[in-house]
Amino acid sequence: MKRLLFAAPFVLALIIGGFSLWGLSGGRDPSSIPSALISQPIPDFALDPIEGVDTPGLSTEDLKGQGLTLVNVFASWCGPCRAEHPILTRMSEQQNLRIVGLNYKDTPENAAAWLEELGNPYERIGADVTGRAGIDWGVTGVPETFIISNDGIVLHRFPGPVVGDGQRRFQEALDAAKAAQ
Amino acid sequence: MIPELGQFAMALALIAALVQSVLPIAGAARRNTLWMASAQATAVIQAALLVFAFGALMHAFIVSDFTVRNVVENSHSLKPMLYKVAGTWGSHEGSLLLWVLILALFGAAVAVMADNIPLALKARTLSVQAWISVGFLSFMILTSNPFDRVFPPPLDGQDLNPLLQDFGLAIHPPLLYIGYVGFSIVFSFAVAALIEGRVDPAWARWVRPWTLAAWMALTGGIALGSWWAYYELGWGGWWFWDPVENVSFMPWLAGTALLHSAIVTEKRDTFKAWTILLAILTFSLSLLGTFIVRSGLLTSVHAFAVDPERGVYILGLLAVSILGSLALFAWRAPAMEGGGLFAPISREAGLLINNLLIATACATVLFGTLYPLFLEAVTGEKISVGPPFFNASFIPITLPLVIVMGLGPHLSWKRADLPGVLARLKWVGVVVLLGTLVVAWIADGGPLLAVISMGIALWLIGATIQDWARRVKLLQKGAWARINRQPRSAHGMSMAHLGLAVLMVGAIGASAWKTDTVSFAEPGTAVPIAGFEVTFVGVEQVQGPNYVAQVATLDVTRDGEFVTQLFPERRVYPVAQATTTESDIRQTLAGDLYVSIAEPAAENTEGLWTLRLIYEPLVNFLWLGSLMLVLGGALSLSDRRLRVGAPRRAAPVNATPAE
Repeated sequence: MKRLLFAAPFVLALIIGGFSLWGLSGGRDPSSIPSALISQPIPDFALDPIEGVDTPGLSTEDLKGQGLTLVNVFASWCGPCRAEHPILTRMSEQQNLRIVGLNYKDTPENAAAWLEELGNPYERIGADVTGRAGIDWGVTGVPETFIISNDGIVLHRFPGPVVGDGQRRFQEALDAAKAAQ
Repeated sequence: MIPELGQFAMALALIAALVQSVLPIAGAARRNTLWMASAQATAVIQAALLVFAFGALMHAFIVSDFTVRNVVENSHSLKPMLYKVAGTWGSHEGSLLLWVLILALFGAAVAVMADNIPLALKARTLSVQAWISVGFLSFMILTSNPFDRVFPPPLDGQDLNPLLQDFGLAIHPPLLYIGYVGFSIVFSFAVAALIEGRVDPAWARWVRPWTLAAWMALTGGIALGSWWAYYELGWGGWWFWDPVENVSFMPWLAGTALLHSAIVTEKRDTFKAWTILLAILTFSLSLLGTFIVRSGLLTSVHAFAVDPERGVYILGLLAVSILGSLALFAWRAPAMEGGGLFAPISREAGLLINNLLIATACATVLFGTLYPLFLEAVTGEKISVGPPFFNASFIPITLPLVIVMGLGPHLSWKRADLPGVLARLKWVGVVVLLGTLVVAWIADGGPLLAVISMGIALWLIGATIQDWARRVKLLQKGAWARINRQPRSAHGMSMAHLGLAVLMVGAIGASAWKTDTVSFAEPGTAVPIAGFEVTFVGVEQVQGPNYVAQVATLDVTRDGEFVTQLFPERRVYPVAQATTTESDIRQTLAGDLYVSIAEPAAENTEGLWTLRLIYEPLVNFLWLGSLMLVLGGALSLSDRRLRVGAPRRAAPVNATPAE
């Protein structure tokens, strides 16, 4: 009995270790805590267009009554954004999706050059120079992509780039959102 | 050239650690004095080599050597010198190097300073310390080399995260690390004692100064981190129960329990297995503290770049050290017989309750921190556990703890006279009761729990002062001489207990009676808060060394009389592409008036600024209390008895010469 008691710390540590091992394996992403915005109306915001880019700015009203919309948070300084950009462009063309951009903490020149180089699939782009709108949206890193319903409800938040396995998971969420519409 | 030398020194340090991990402990088993004594040399050599390696990395940061990847990623040529230096430990690799450096320094300190410890115990302790060194040095060399070169070198660096460019934060990680890593030596002592199969009062006394030193550093480190969150982050709070805060708090709790249980082992030759277990757990929790965030196991605002490869290696290291030591404990500890018996009302019993409550508090924090992981593993649901859980579970445990804390020092060893003690404390009780009524009257409403907690804090203050005054017979002639004659550790205890009470006053005040407002302001807007009136005068642009700031001017008045002017800032760091909030604070002991500004995003509020005002009553008692805790530890550490009159194994308990 006494021996068992002395072994208890070992057993407890073993259990915690087991959970940790599980936590480290298998593509689990601890940062993908569900956004508090899910099933909530999108936050109130209004952003000017990027200076020198023809695409109009983005505000709360632009996300209502226009069908399913993807809001892609991107920046020219973000490497993964570059990787997901062609995939998102192709997805929006092939599936006839409306996609808008939130240019996060970027300079107008860099953002314009970036769009020039990689193409501009966005119907509207809000320039969030200060990162203020990003806070309202609960953005934790760039890129992030939100799926917004026709009536302006956040259906899904996808942190990280939509590439590889991420593309598959994003497509699943997108299909679910389409089915729900 | 210098970075290569640094890397070479790191490799040599690993070799020294390898020798130290085998030779001394083998010597202890075979009674080979020469082998045992080799630990002395290897420990010093290892530390010297790592000092060199760390110096080499720091040099690369100071001269902005952009051929080193780590410097590129964490520095910039325009950064102020202090933060270039601090950049050395601002990254994953650099902080790891600091970690092993401190580990080696503690080993060397034991090798050089602890000359009253038997050679065999010392040899085993240093070998165990070297095992930890080998684990982490190999981890660095294999996966996280801070001296990696980059080719072609970029023109300039990517800058350190501007949030981290703060004086408090520049010294917060080293202090925290001294605390974390300091417990490694206590851990090594414990494992060595388990291998030796012997724990006695002398052992507890040898370990005590190291525990105290680590505990002080950790206390200071945590307080600084909290201070930084409060002043720099502009979140208007000082503790958020964030996983990273929790993992630094857990070793603090375990270390505090260890400090107290080691006293019982030292004075009464009992609680042995428990003390050993606490020593192991404290360091295990420190390891968890350093690495849980890096492994990517939990999410936090503090997260470093996550790399699953590293995570698995770290988990392996943790598993070997924690499970290995706990297995050793399960095997060897049952043989350790308890010593002196004690009555249900006694100093021992008081310390037992203290330990049980602290351990429960620590387990609560551990559970709350890991619960999201458990839940996700079992049900797949993802959640984050926030302050409500911790407040609801932690406070009910700590309040009784503080009540016992006031009583404990009044109890005598073996058997205490409770009615006598209570009679002695009846005036303290009356004063506390009156004080609580005064608090309730001032607070005028607000949560009842806050008033009760304040009463309990007052009780701890009263009981601690009464105990101290009684011991030195303050009101009789010759009190000063008696104060000097008392062992410093006794003064240290009173100081630390008082510090905790003061800290509690701050914590209660700043959480229960805080007021805040958020409003849109244009020049001329006046906002009332906590009896003050704050008027927004305007904003102007100012150029800083590596940032551009917009500085607002605010006039503060009370009852129409001018009090002060405050200048909160919004800083934009162009290189790191980040903005930070620099709040401004009017600090008084009664409370802080805390102001910060932000630009509103919406178009229809053009020209308006978001003005955030917070009044945090009594918050400065938090830092004052933390300082007193550290000071109490320092007083105790400076006790002559810990250094002279070397305790001898054969001597009976309490036979050390009195001064």
